Amino acid sequence: MNYLKLVPTALLSLLLLTACNEGGKLSLSERSVIYCAEGSPETFNPQLVTSGTTIDATSKQLYDKLISYQGDENTLGPALAKSWHVTGDGKKITFYLRKNVTFHHTDYFTPSRLLNADDVIFSFKRALDIEHPYHLVSGGRYPFFENVDLSALVDDIEKINDYTVRFHLSRADNSFLANLASDFAIILSAEYAEQLTKKKAKSDIDTHPIGTGPFKLKEYRVGSLIRFYRHEKYWQEPAQIEQLVFDITPSNTGRLTKLLAKECDVAAYPIAHKKITERNDLSLEAVTALNVGYFGFNVNKAPFDSKLVRQAISYAINKKTLLEAVYQGNAEMANSILPKTSWAFDQSIPKQKFNPVLAKSLLTLAGYSDGFTMDLWAMPIQRPYNPNAITMAKLIQSDLKNINIKVNIISYEWNTFLQRLKRGEHQSFLLGWSADHPDPDSFFTPMLSCSATHAGTNTTFWCNQEYDAMIKKALQTPKINERKKYYAQAMAILRQEVPLIPIAHSKRYQARGNNVTGNILAPFGGINFYQVAKLNLTSKNTGTKQSRKRRKNDIIHTGVN
Amino acid sequence: MLVFTLRRLSLFIFTMLLLTLLSFSVNFLFPGEAIINLSGAINATPNQLIELNEAYQTHRNIFWQYIAYLGHIINGDLGLSMASQSDISTEIVNLLPATIELSLVALLIAMLIGIPLGFIAAIKHNKPTDNLILSVSMLGYSVPVFWLGLLAILTFSINLGWFPSAGQISLLFEIEAVTGIQFIDILMSDSPYKWQAFNDASAHIFLPACVIAVAPATIFIRLARTSMIEVLDTSYIRAASAKGLTFRQIIFRHAIRNALIKIIRHIGLQFANLVTIAMVTEVIFSWPGIGRWLIESIYQRDYTAIESGLLVLSCFIFIVHILTDFIYAALNPLARGNKYGA
Repeated sequence: MNYLKLVPTALLSLLLLTACNEGGKLSLSERSVIYCAEGSPETFNPQLVTSGTTIDATSKQLYDKLISYQGDENTLGPALAKSWHVTGDGKKITFYLRKNVTFHHTDYFTPSRLLNADDVIFSFKRALDIEHPYHLVSGGRYPFFENVDLSALVDDIEKINDYTVRFHLSRADNSFLANLASDFAIILSAEYAEQLTKKKAKSDIDTHPIGTGPFKLKEYRVGSLIRFYRHEKYWQEPAQIEQLVFDITPSNTGRLTKLLAKECDVAAYPIAHKKITERNDLSLEAVTALNVGYFGFNVNKAPFDSKLVRQAISYAINKKTLLEAVYQGNAEMANSILPKTSWAFDQSIPKQKFNPVLAKSLLTLAGYSDGFTMDLWAMPIQRPYNPNAITMAKLIQSDLKNINIKVNIISYEWNTFLQRLKRGEHQSFLLGWSADHPDPDSFFTPMLSCSATHAGTNTTFWCNQEYDAMIKKALQTPKINERKKYYAQAMAILRQEVPLIPIAHSKRYQARGNNVTGNILAPFGGINFYQVAKLNLTSKNTGTKQSRKRRKNDIIHTGVN
Repeated sequence: MLVFTLRRLSLFIFTMLLLTLLSFSVNFLFPGEAIINLSGAINATPNQLIELNEAYQTHRNIFWQYIAYLGHIINGDLGLSMASQSDISTEIVNLLPATIELSLVALLIAMLIGIPLGFIAAIKHNKPTDNLILSVSMLGYSVPVFWLGLLAILTFSINLGWFPSAGQISLLFEIEAVTGIQFIDILMSDSPYKWQAFNDASAHIFLPACVIAVAPATIFIRLARTSMIEVLDTSYIRAASAKGLTFRQIIFRHAIRNALIKIIRHIGLQFANLVTIAMVTEVIFSWPGIGRWLIESIYQRDYTAIESGLLVLSCFIFIVHILTDFIYAALNPLARGNKYGA
């Protein structure tokens, strides 16, 4: 009898063992958050990359910037610099640093001093000065700094005293501060760099990161996980969670399964949105990203050299169907090149109407009453701002057929596509733009200015002196309201001239368990786990109430901070 | 017993030689150069290539090449993975314990469920209970494991939320790998969350182990049933019952012991089957074992990893066979005779 009796007891005890697991694990899991990420970071230094995955994993978790974007309006506020001063001519910018900022204390580095001017100078000189001993470490490419041509703008970085740094610029540039607040302009530790130079392990600076951010790196297993610990001596309130784990799960279904099985608290880029919203213990959130998907014209080529033809086409396209078919409703209709979340967005711009009759009469006015044949280049790959350009092109094709325009859809391999676009071989094209920081200039200048036609980022080849003058003026005035006015005028010009038809601003999605509170997503740049907290699962009723309350608080908090 | 051991040992050595011969010749059949397939050094500089050619004796005839290859294996050098350029033997040392752990737990579950059920079926021979158990085992045997695994995840992880769906342990716990066997490592660690980690690890192993256990359990049911029926039919059982022993006494004192001996022999055989099932299950449950690694290597056409991985895995299964043979021999003196020696 003994044996037979043992079997059910053994099974029972096994069940009990696993059942009590949920209750027991809480104490650790309550203080930790697991994030199911879509990929591995290439490096732990955001200066070296532009990839979103790397920025997500590093920038706001490990590092701080001199200044940062704050609040819903994304205005610039103090971070490592407690204040800053810009001289009247806009050419000298002085930063006053905080005196209580500690670097991470990890298994591989023990800081002996607080943050000072040397760290700031080291971080920027590394990226900007070709002769800096650390410039060539890890490849010597700093894509963001190269794109905005910061090395030409910054003449010198001067140390006034231990806690004061002055940037000398070659000309006034209002986007400079915005660039310093972007996710790429992080502050490294000069003391750590010195130690590594002595140890002859310079490249460790990018693989074993030391920063001042709310979390420090504990462990990284390539392709598997990144483990962060809370930075206990963070210069602000320490983060609420003690441990942050990035579970690297490239498969879309894998992330969904883990989310549904509660193995991750937050999941990046979830699929099956309906399945997630159906569950009452999970929630789906989205932010409209700072990007724009558009339909552009090569204004150097007939018939698109005519403003009337471009206007006609803008009336003939049904954006609503494009949004439903291509973005599956996961995007906002674009009215101008700026998304609503930008502070320079102009509410007064009227909505683009869908009006084929008006389109036809405009075409007749332009002298194309019998219509014409045109080429439309559609990008071959999926991008956040346009998940399926070929489908979009087909829909545009059928829209334009109604006003007697025959469209040939053309596509090349992605790199060839971009190169041929730069050479201006196209008539019209589908493309998009993602901004690096919320300053509106990151849309206006690179997309449509005359200088951008030479740099190859303005492939409409539209060059308008009036527009250029507006955006230049906007860059030279420090007053936000004046800048707003200039940008509104620039947008009005765009609306008249229609070098491109803005179609959509896509959204970025994220799913999380309802017990995780605090903002993670931002409309631009990387995610941020600093404000995340976790509620106790066992007190369910009070939990949800609390979470709502907490979330409200968070919003207020970000507004004030 | 000494003769028995020697026989097993010689069998082991000859089988291993045959296996290495096979994996050695496979290098010439895979696409690409044999020396690259052998060493996995796809990015080797000309100088390194010369060194490699020297190490693997490629200038001499095929026999010496084979000897050189054997030398590398005996020294624990299985080459580099073509995909990740990391040392294959370290990777295997890191991954194999996870597979062993999973397989052993699955085997335990299969035995705990299969053998008693088989005995019950035999005792209730030709009655509805017997038929029920047999049909359930038939069903269990025919269900494909990948489907069962997905179904288990869908039901127990996603819908009911009882068990986790992936991995060996929650990523929150930091357990230093000493032996590689997770449970032992947890017990040895000085983490303050030791028991939480232990519970979490058992929750993680439960679903995959059960999924793997289903097929072998059904085989154990049939084996236990047949062997019990045979035992119950023997004259010593009849003698015992003639002596006036109760049915319970007969089953527990005489029948079970004798029936078990016959089953133990088959456990070794079933283990090979079980490891194959475990390889597929590891992929479904993202278990960090050698099966998942091997299947990924097949996807990536990582010939060096495939060849070395298979060699290690077959070696491991063979060792298990020999071990069960020893246990069998220890339990059953009859088996030590010449008749069963080979």
